[in-house]
Amino acid sequence: MQYLPNILFLIALVLGVGFFIKNVRKLTRNINLGRDVDRSDNKPKRWRNMAKIALGQYKMVKRPISGVLHVIVYVGFIIINIEVLEIIIDGLFGTHRIFGFMGEFYDVLIGSFEILAFLVFVTVVIFWLRRNALHIKRFMSSDLIGWPKLDGNLILYFEMVLMGLFLVMNAADYQLQIMGASHYASVDGIVGSFPVSQFIAPVFEGMSEATLIVVERAAWWLHILGILVFLNYLYYSKHLHILLAFPNTYYANLKPQGQFTNTDAVTKEVMLMMDLDADPYAAPPEPEGEPEKFGASDVSDLNWVQLMNAYSCTECGRCTSECPANQTGKILSPRKIMMDTRDRLEEVGKNIDANGGTFQPDGKQLLDDYITKEELWACTTCNACVEACPISIDPLSIIMEMRRYMVMEESAAPSDLNNAMTNIENNGAPWPFNQMDRANWIDEA
Amino acid sequence: MSEQLKVPTMAEFMAQGKQPEVLFWVGCAGSFDDRAKKITKAFARILNKANVDFAVLGAEESCTGDPAKRAGNEFLFQMQAVTNIEVLNGYEVKKIVTACPHCFNTLKNEYPSLGGNYEVVHHTQFLKSLLEDGRLTVEGGKFKGKRITFHDPCYLGRANGVYEAPRDLLRKLDVELVEMRKCKAKGLCCGAGGAQMFKEPEPGHKDVNIERTEQALETKPDIIAAGCPFCNTMMTDGVKNKEKEDAIEVMDVAEMIAAAEDL
Repeated sequence: MQYLPNILFLIALVLGVGFFIKNVRKLTRNINLGRDVDRSDNKPKRWRNMAKIALGQYKMVKRPISGVLHVIVYVGFIIINIEVLEIIIDGLFGTHRIFGFMGEFYDVLIGSFEILAFLVFVTVVIFWLRRNALHIKRFMSSDLIGWPKLDGNLILYFEMVLMGLFLVMNAADYQLQIMGASHYASVDGIVGSFPVSQFIAPVFEGMSEATLIVVERAAWWLHILGILVFLNYLYYSKHLHILLAFPNTYYANLKPQGQFTNTDAVTKEVMLMMDLDADPYAAPPEPEGEPEKFGASDVSDLNWVQLMNAYSCTECGRCTSECPANQTGKILSPRKIMMDTRDRLEEVGKNIDANGGTFQPDGKQLLDDYITKEELWACTTCNACVEACPISIDPLSIIMEMRRYMVMEESAAPSDLNNAMTNIENNGAPWPFNQMDRANWIDEA
Repeated sequence: MSEQLKVPTMAEFMAQGKQPEVLFWVGCAGSFDDRAKKITKAFARILNKANVDFAVLGAEESCTGDPAKRAGNEFLFQMQAVTNIEVLNGYEVKKIVTACPHCFNTLKNEYPSLGGNYEVVHHTQFLKSLLEDGRLTVEGGKFKGKRITFHDPCYLGRANGVYEAPRDLLRKLDVELVEMRKCKAKGLCCGAGGAQMFKEPEPGHKDVNIERTEQALETKPDIIAAGCPFCNTMMTDGVKNKEKEDAIEVMDVAEMIAAAEDL
């Protein structure tokens, strides 16, 4: 019976990590439903971008208030997680503060964890106020109605509770050490320093040792179980960005933002048409398999980086707040483009799971069922959304692929655009002017 | 406005067995739109003044395909691109200058993988290099002290990172350069990009060019400077909508330089 807590802890750990691995597998499977795209070039530049943008939060702080607040939570999250390592070892072996042997250095560590935990708690409260009380436009948007709003708040509640439990655990531990409780007290005096939780500790004065141990153990267990639950919550949440921001910035487009891809399948056809040596009477080659679809009508027509973008999006709405169409009341929202892509991808993933590993057509697609044509046609391709994203997500590339599908597969462009395109085709300009008149301006001078 | 413009075509150069220093890609707006033609002429006058050996394609020029591509018609874009590349390569063109950021972006970024490799510069970059090389001098006189705000074209700024060349030219004119609250990488689109120029906007509560014009008017400018014929149209319409056309001019940077030199 003596080892019961250790065994229970091991089971919890294996379940938590095991379930997480299962989710990561599902995540990579879904991302790989996308078309291939080569992003293996220029590795040094990619590492630098990841270091600067994801690790260094370079683009986050372009909006100073939310940026600095985010850096506090981010740094807190990373540093406090060092403590989780100790918690896991203590949990597995029944030790008490195994890293305590580090003496003063340990005191500094625990002290900084506590200060960071407190700062994170305060920042998260500010984040909650920004989302729920301060009427900030990008958090009031209709994009977030329902689960996205709840998701955003749940993450904040999770973090408040975890930081709270961490501090309560330390406070009870500190009090137990002062009382000289066996297993807690050390011959070397107080292990750790408690600059924040020492203010909570007086609450426990007068409690019996047994009660305090219950409080300490309860906080300890809830804290680590909470972390394991939170780890597994990520897959279902916008909070996945804490992991995916890194590969997302690594694999981001390195070319000038104005350079749109030249579709290879189209190039093949165009070159064939322009080839003067081609035999006009030759029988067309037998098509191999299904002809390639131009553009994207569903998630599997997008490339894997675009699908990873969708899972990485934390729905902050900086893209939408910079979008000229959105600012002037059009229904286009680049954030919604990313959220819709993820929702549809999840739906496709569940379909595959339910049908033994193959997708069964469900009569739905990303275009029309999630993203409407009106949204897609409102885009000015100005790249403001791409520029605004703190982790280099590219909503514009998805909009463009879907426009290509609408125009090349469905011939569904607005009639004004069809006129302009007919003009380009017939007389080399989007307006109905004669190409032979192109140089008339010279004589008009 | 004195003498006749000297604008030879590539065909004329070729007939003499010569190569110009640079090809001036005029673009559809610059060729056909009445407002944009003034920019084209102003730029050509400066090129004449600086004795730049340049040529145009004339009737052999055709749309780069930019609006078709942004509208999603990749097929039409590539047809245009391949046809243009054949003409450009036929003339062994090495360097291209254009006053249209859309042509600039497409020629510079989207033609290479289809076989068209050229050094492509925006006219503000080219003018800046003329000044730096001492081939052109400008006096600020006419615009000295005037409040000017520069509207960044998306396809010059964000799309290609060119923010300073047009501003450097304006500084040479001794103007008081004032920035809008949304400028450079955070600049707001004029509303014309992505083939929006050629269609009606989707329903909303405002047109994009009105929003952008309001941002420009906040700076209380004498002149709104632009570097793109489409931005120029959108901002001009915006200023008219605000009934400020008598007080505020929308001018291309090249027009300002030409005006400063009484060209």
